[in-house]
Order: sequence, then structure tokens, then C-alpha cells
Amino acid sequence: MNYLLDFFQFILFLGLLTFLAYYIGNYFYKVVIGEKNILSPLLLKPEKLIYKIFRIDENEQMSWKTYLWSVLALSFINFIAVLLMQLFQQYLPLNPQKLPNVEFLLALNTAISFVTNTNWQAYSGETTLSYFVQMLGLAVQNFASAAAGIAILLALSRAISFRKGTTLGNFWVDLTRTVLYLLLPLAIILSIILISQGVVQTFSSYAVAKTIEGAQQVIPLGPAASQIAIKQLGTNGGGFFGVNSAFPFENFTPFSNFLQVLSILLIPASLVFTYGRMLGNKKHAWMIFDVMMFVFISGVAFSYWSEVSASSTYHTSQLMEGKEARFGVFNSILWSVATTAASNGSVNTMLDSLSPLSGFVTLLNIQLGEIIFGGVGSGLYGMFLFILLTVFISGLMVGRTPEYFGKKIESYEIKWAIIGILIPSVVVLFFTAIGSTTNQGLASILNKGPHGFSEILYAFSSGAGNNGSAFAGLNANTVFYNVMVGIAMLLGRFGVIIPVLAIAGNLVKKNIAPDTAGTLRTDNPLFAFLLLSVILIVGALTFFPALSIGPIIEHFLVQSGITF
Amino acid sequence: MKKIIIQSLKMFLMITVLTGLIYPLAILLIGQIIFPFQANGSLIVKNGKVIGSELFGQNFSDSIYFQSRPSAINYNPMPSGASNLALSNALLKEQVNTRKLEFRGNNFLSDSINVPSDMLFASGSGVDPHISVESAKLQIYRIIKYRNINPEKFKLISNLIDSLTEYPQFGVLGNQVVNVLSLNLKLDEESKQWKTKK
Repeated sequence: MNYLLDFFQFILFLGLLTFLAYYIGNYFYKVVIGEKNILSPLLLKPEKLIYKIFRIDENEQMSWKTYLWSVLALSFINFIAVLLMQLFQQYLPLNPQKLPNVEFLLALNTAISFVTNTNWQAYSGETTLSYFVQMLGLAVQNFASAAAGIAILLALSRAISFRKGTTLGNFWVDLTRTVLYLLLPLAIILSIILISQGVVQTFSSYAVAKTIEGAQQVIPLGPAASQIAIKQLGTNGGGFFGVNSAFPFENFTPFSNFLQVLSILLIPASLVFTYGRMLGNKKHAWMIFDVMMFVFISGVAFSYWSEVSASSTYHTSQLMEGKEARFGVFNSILWSVATTAASNGSVNTMLDSLSPLSGFVTLLNIQLGEIIFGGVGSGLYGMFLFILLTVFISGLMVGRTPEYFGKKIESYEIKWAIIGILIPSVVVLFFTAIGSTTNQGLASILNKGPHGFSEILYAFSSGAGNNGSAFAGLNANTVFYNVMVGIAMLLGRFGVIIPVLAIAGNLVKKNIAPDTAGTLRTDNPLFAFLLLSVILIVGALTFFPALSIGPIIEHFLVQSGITF
Repeated sequence: MKKIIIQSLKMFLMITVLTGLIYPLAILLIGQIIFPFQANGSLIVKNGKVIGSELFGQNFSDSIYFQSRPSAINYNPMPSGASNLALSNALLKEQVNTRKLEFRGNNFLSDSINVPSDMLFASGSGVDPHISVESAKLQIYRIIKYRNINPEKFKLISNLIDSLTEYPQFGVLGNQVVNVLSLNLKLDEESKQWKTKK
């Protein structure tokens, strides 16, 4: 392996990510506050046209409850639409392979999955879903769920920056602007580049090849490029084809791979800077960015070390099971860490076949709450809950009323923050306990021993964390997993959104106290350290027992040559 | 509440039209005009028949061809898939050992030669089109033997591999690999001119 080249790719990746995130974040801030920006000459007219056609009152301001009900109502309608499209796909157009209607529980699971920005997939696209469902059902949700997450973050940042306000902005306007100015332009650029790199975009039926040796090879096709671009940018992650971005038609060249893995983190990272601008404190944004970056870089380094060192147990130089030759170990590891940090869930390597401690990193990333960059919008509003907790704990330590940007943090906020942090964790642990003690749960396992437990733990972490990736040996298309992961996804999404908006609704009413000498600063290295400690302590305390009987024990067993 | 539901319906409609119709159709149009070959699957057509895609590996069991990586789905992607075996799975260990012995045996390699990892482990997609350059070069001797051609052609075939080697993109991104299907097609084409050994 060429370590120097790997290192150089990593530096290039980090540099480009930081650079682009900074500029896109600042650009999006202008979009959000309705200021003139680089795309407004092009998009202002379409934006106004949308408001006119759909009779949206641009100036309407929503209370937190109206904002929340709007999010819920839109999600519900999206859910019904995606469900129906699947249940009746054989009567709908654009189904050249004549795929039958999707079975109810699988359709239910998939609809929840895409509406909650999870993109957990208990199916393989090429053998299950028509072009119609993929394009007008799933791809649309890739935009809608991403935009909803971002909108909630915007509402939250207004709650912090408004003095004695009552409203959080207009959900419909936030949604429209996010789709129009942020998601669509980036998706258009990315999808065209992806096509040039071999990603397909066609309505033709699958090609059938007679191979050189005379075998028949079906070559699945479809309008994939447009969906793959947004799947990465919106931290959705749902592949057009079963093996996701390992599949040549989703991701063929190292360049397409680099752009996709960059896109996974791009918007979540950008939003940190948007958030900082909205709060009027760029240093606070950099503080958050640094904490995220620190955990991310540590994750990549640790995972890469694990993968390299574990190869000796197989007496070989590289562990290539489930990896594509063109990407090699480093690009596979970088992706696996990025996709789990960012609640994306797309893969270019099979996570089930990673070395135990690399698998551990992917699990931990999700279990920390999907806040290391995290999902678009959801990552940062999840991080906000941890910031509140840190402010609160530090406030107790110095004996002052905790404040965040001059707003008093009181028991109401802390209660909701705890609920928002606990719900996903409780779901992961309880559901894993059920899965690993019942026949229905255990029957789906592929790998025996501790790794089988990891497969179940991963499924519910992925569901509750709205990540969507899997230790895919687990057979997820069963009654048990379709229902249980479905519930986990709903709780993981709305169990955080509701607390966040409740906190926002209360925060916005508060006055902003002026900074004094005794104010705890939230934009310096000390606070970054405190925040990092809180994240790691909460994450570790909650999940260490589960992780130790999964990947950690597996690591030691593999080291001593024990297999199952 | 009623107002919110009506607004949601309208927004659903807006997003669906914008991102589910206008956007993918525009990309379809652009893709089909600027990159028609890639957008349609980079299909290789010979004598009017599709023989594969440049992006898809194929199974090569005949000893006169370079062999592709192990695949959990035998290169038939309906659906695509990987083994998903864990490192702690005894089956994987067994498979790796078998593949090691087979690769050495098939290619007349001594026990001291390390079999490259890409030939020991199955790919993620099941249709990985590439192998490492090293894996390709270790197969030359077998191909010469089974094609019954002059051993002096070793250098020519080796050059063929070099000429088809895909280097890291822009000098930095990715691994050095060679596309097996392209290599075998080229090999068939070139070898027409080579006389078999008397």
C-alpha cells in the first residue's frame, strides 16, 4: 500500500471540504436571510413564482407549534405517497422490467426510511423498484427530508438569535429556498460530473449481455445519476442499486468516489458556518467545526490503523473482502467513517466485512448521536442538544445560571435536551436487546459469534440514528426487522425534532442577557474540550457495554485466531 | 390545522414536480446529449450484440483468459451483492485459503509467491471490473501455456497490461488497477496475429 498517497488524498479531502464548506455556508446564510446572493439573479424569479403558484405567504411567521405541525404534516403526506407508489408500482409507468408491487411491510419500512432521511434499505433497487418509484418517490424524499432537516436547524438558529420573539420563520419558505438555492444547484453539478464518470441516467430497460464466455449477464440501468447526486448531498444514502456506491454504475472512478465522499460531508459541514453567521459568532462555528473535525480525523486514523494491522491475521497485505479494487483500503475506510459520521449511510465497501475495530468506529459514529457533521440540519441540531448539556454542566461547575448566547438555559430546555439525547439511545439498546434474545431477531444473522450481535446492534443504531447503512449480512427483509427498524427510524427522527423545536419555541421568547466577565464563553478551546468530553462520556457510558460484547471482543478473538 | 394540511399537499406537489420530474429529466437530457455512451451504461457492442459493459466485470473461467476477482454473485448482478462475511467467520478464512491454493496452482506459482489480496477476497459489488496489476502479471505464464503461444510473447502481454493500466486519477486518487474485460478483449484481438507454437 502506498501510505504517502493515502495521506495526500486525505489532506486534499480535508482541505477541500473545509474550503468549500466555509464558502457554501456563508452563501447559504445570505439565501436564508433573503439577501442578494450569487444565484439570486437566476433563481429569484422561480422562487417568487413558486410562492405565487402555490399561494404561499412569504411573510407569514410561524410559532414553534405551527412550524412543527407543518414538518409533521409534510412528512406524513410524503410517507403516504411513497407507500402508495410502491404498493401499486406495477400499474404505474416507467417500469420496464415489469417489477411487481412491493409487499406491504417492505413498502412500509422503505417509506418510513426515506421520509426520515434514513434510507435504510431492506431491498435491492434493481430487483424491487421501478424507475417511477425511484425517481418520483425515493429521489423526491431525498430532497424533501434533507430540506426539512435544514429548515428545522434554521428555525432553531432564529430562536437563539431573536430577542423576545415568538416566531421561528416560515417552514415553507425555508424549505423552498433550501431546495432551490442549495440542494438543486449542487445536485445538478454533481450528477452531470457523475455521468461523465460512468454513472447511468437512462429510461431504457436493463441490457442483457452475452459475455465473452457465453454466459448471460443482465446489466441493470435506470435514472441513477440524478438520484445518486442528491443521495450524497442530502445525507440520505439510499442506493439506486443494491450494493450502493460499490456498484460500478453508481460510482465507477476514483474521481467520482472522491466527489461523492466529499458530498457526504459537504452540506453538514457548510451548515456549521451558516449557523455561526446566524448567531453572529463565527468563532463559535469554528469551535463546533473543530470538535467535529477532531472526532472525524481520529475516526479515520483509528479505522485505517485497524484495517492495516488486522490484515496480518489473514497473512495478506490488505483486507479486500467487500472492497472494490479501484478504491482500495484507504478510500473505503474514508468513506465508511464519513458516511457513518454524517448520517448518510451510503457505502462503497461492505461494512460487515471490515476489521472489527473499523466496524467499531462506524458503530460509535452513529451512536454518538449522528452529530459529527451528522445529517443535513439534523447533525447540527443534535449537536445543539449536546452544547446545551455542556453549557448546563459547566454552569453548575462555576455556579452560574447557564447561558447560551445570552439566553438562560433552564430546566425546561434541559429536560427536552435530555429527552432528545436519550430517545435514540434507549431505542438502540432496547431494540437490540429484543433482537438478540428472540428467534425472530436472531434468525436474520449471517455471521456467528460476537459479530452476529454487532449486526443486530448495527441495524438498530442505523435505524434510530437515521443513518441507513447496514452490516448487510443481516437479512433485514423480515417481519421483525421491517417493523422494528421502521419504529426505530420514526423515533430517531421525530424523537429529536420535537424536543429541538420545543426548546426553540421556549428559547425564542427569552431576552438576551449582555455578556459579562463571568459569562462562560462558548467559542474558545476550553469549551471545545468540554463539549468533546461530554459527547464522548455520554456516548461511551451509554454504549460501551454493548460495543464491548460486539466489535471489541471480536477484535481480540480475531487477533488470537478464533473464528466462528 | 386544515390550512397546514392543504399547504403540505401543495408543497409536496411542488417538490415532486421540481425534484422528481424537472430535475431528473433535465439531467437525463443533458446526460444523453453530452455523455450518451456513459449515460446508457458504457455498453460494449460487437457485431450488433451487447457483450458487456466496460464498467462491469465478467466471470472468466477459461484458462486462456485473465481471471477476475472472486465474486459472491458470480458476476450476475440481479441483484448485486457481496459475501458480507466477517473476519471472524470461519468460512471466510477457509475461502481465502482455498483461493490462495487455487491461484497458485492454476498459475503455476511457487509457494513463496504472495497471492495479491484482490484475488483472495470477493469484491463489494460482485461485478468489480478491475484487478491489481500484480494479479494480472502473475497470470501471464498460464495464458501463454493454455493459448499455446511462444513464451517470448511474455513481454508483449506484459506490455499489454501496462498499456491498459489505469493509474491513480489526476496522479493522486485511487489505486493502480487494470480492467479485466478490456484486457481480455485486447488479448483476443492481439493474439489473432500471434502464431501458435509449433
